[in-house]
Amino acid sequence: MFSLKELKKGLLTSLWFVFLTFPIVVIKVDPIARTVVWRWENVAYMAIGTFLVYFLVRFIQYRRENRPKPAAAREKTGSIVHRILQNPTQRVFLVAVVATIAVFFPHVLSSYQTNVMTTALMYVVLGLGLNIVVGMAGLLDLGFVAFYAVGAYTYSLLNLHYGLGFWTILPVGGLMAAFFGVMLGFPVLRLRGDYLAIVTLGFGEIIRLILENWGEFSKGPSGISNISRPSFFGIELGLEQSIIYTYYLMVIFVVITIFIVNRLQDSRLGRAWIALREDEIACQAMGIDKRKTKLVAFSLGAFWAGIMGVMFAAKTTFVNPSSFTFLESAIILAIVVLGGMGSIIGVIFGALILILMPEYLRALSEYRMLAFGGILVCMMVFRPQGLISNIRRTYTFEKKLPKN
Amino acid sequence: MTKQPILNVHGLTMDFGGIRALNSLDLEVNSGEIVALIGPNGAGKTTFFNCITGIYKPTAGDIWLTNPKTTKKNSLKGLKPNQVTEKGLARTFQNIRLFPKMTVLENVMIGRHCRTKAFIFGAIFRNAATRREEQSILEISYAILEKVGLERFADEFADNLPYGDQRRLEIARALATEPLLLLLDEPAAGMNPQETAALDQLIKQISREGQAILLIEHDMKLVMSLSDQIFVMDYGKKIAQGTPTEIRENPAVIKAYLGEEVDA
Repeated sequence: MFSLKELKKGLLTSLWFVFLTFPIVVIKVDPIARTVVWRWENVAYMAIGTFLVYFLVRFIQYRRENRPKPAAAREKTGSIVHRILQNPTQRVFLVAVVATIAVFFPHVLSSYQTNVMTTALMYVVLGLGLNIVVGMAGLLDLGFVAFYAVGAYTYSLLNLHYGLGFWTILPVGGLMAAFFGVMLGFPVLRLRGDYLAIVTLGFGEIIRLILENWGEFSKGPSGISNISRPSFFGIELGLEQSIIYTYYLMVIFVVITIFIVNRLQDSRLGRAWIALREDEIACQAMGIDKRKTKLVAFSLGAFWAGIMGVMFAAKTTFVNPSSFTFLESAIILAIVVLGGMGSIIGVIFGALILILMPEYLRALSEYRMLAFGGILVCMMVFRPQGLISNIRRTYTFEKKLPKN
Repeated sequence: MTKQPILNVHGLTMDFGGIRALNSLDLEVNSGEIVALIGPNGAGKTTFFNCITGIYKPTAGDIWLTNPKTTKKNSLKGLKPNQVTEKGLARTFQNIRLFPKMTVLENVMIGRHCRTKAFIFGAIFRNAATRREEQSILEISYAILEKVGLERFADEFADNLPYGDQRRLEIARALATEPLLLLLDEPAAGMNPQETAALDQLIKQISREGQAILLIEHDMKLVMSLSDQIFVMDYGKKIAQGTPTEIRENPAVIKAYLGEEVDA
């Protein structure tokens, strides 16, 4: 691998990077002293660094290419996580470990950590909701955050005007978002891929702009504050208790969501979604009602976003339109894609990594987002199919009973 | 068994802008028959399939599908593709359209979709009725895989199958919808002679079980060996109809395929 050709390529790459980073890394303009400092030593660092990284990447690629067989075998049995989940005793063990961590988490760690974890769990549910639309049904939705906003504002407004509580509004917020899901679904039934992505992107922006500009209705950019936190059987909780309570609520939501999404995936409906993703025309020719299947996917995905919107409003006690920008949609989509399209475990890991990582990278202070971006790029380069790609359920057919 | 008509097509016409792709076509398929639709490239055969399966909306004409058991007659005109399949017309595609990232068994299970009905509620609560339904989907699908000889590939992804087997899987998937009439669009395209011979066997076997079949095919050997009736199309019109021997002798057909003799 250390051939002359490789060396030449490595040299070219490092030269290119030196050129690209030249304005930022080398030239330093001091506007006060009106001087320009040329930091030539940085050229050397950049060149050497790029050169080494290039060879590291090539080395990893080289090693991968030279062992195609085990990789192919892994493809079939799935990743380590899948193998653990397929083994009943290991599965029980894993679930027990995760459950123990989940139960003791808020008691061992600070309320700041608990709060961060609650947010991460919310994104797990959001990711699983979007996974129905994007991962299973293959409908690229860039405006998912709109449904999140619908849920959040449903609770905020009803709480503000009518004083309705969290538990009353929770299903209402979900259904409201599902209704909006159908509203979005109708006009985009004929669209696919890029076109669908653009329309959903527009839809997300429309919702945000309405919330921002229709002051009498939504109080505009200043938002709605003093929203009630979730009550515990009618008892109002203090801040500290409330954080722990919200955390446990989220754990329960995550468990319920996993259960339901898993069942949906393994059903007649789930198969129809996947078939729709694979080939729309063949899908219709096999007797699947495209309209109905798509609308159900949109509304079920939106339902989870709506529920989480209510949760979000109750957790932060304040909503304003700037919480529901396109960036939010992009992050949720990144969770699904990074985790592995259509894979429930993948999405859970994706959400935890994507939401927790920026928090724990705070140690790197201003380089935080740079490191975050770098890690995302690396993940996509080395695992383009997502962290944990989905393996289709296999049915073992033993006379009568199917396993699983 | 007396022969009853299953599919009746009258005066089917399809225009694409100013081009008349199908010109007042009549066609009839009887129960238990294998009917072949042949013609030179661009004659409108696949357009005909797309019209009767609801992918295109025909400009004019009537399409009737009759269930030979209940003698109930349904018009297929203006229905959506999934409704056509529900009424009992299942098809395969000229260029294979399987669901590549689903297993072979799941591909066939999709075919059962229109004959089952569990929905959101059933999926989440998995009640007794849903479990029974899933079980029957699984059993029927597996039995169909056995029939076409693909059961050993049940858990493979569909796109990992060899070409000939992918075509068989398409037939299996169509059979899973319990069609009254099975439409095959060039099932032997791209197959080698062994695969074609195996396909010939399979189609005959399905036909022996009473399945009516309408196929488009270019492989004349296959068409002559299988068909009870042959319809020949050229430029969107029917130019001949009859048994294989009649068609072989028909001057119009020979003209369409080989061109007219030019007098020296």
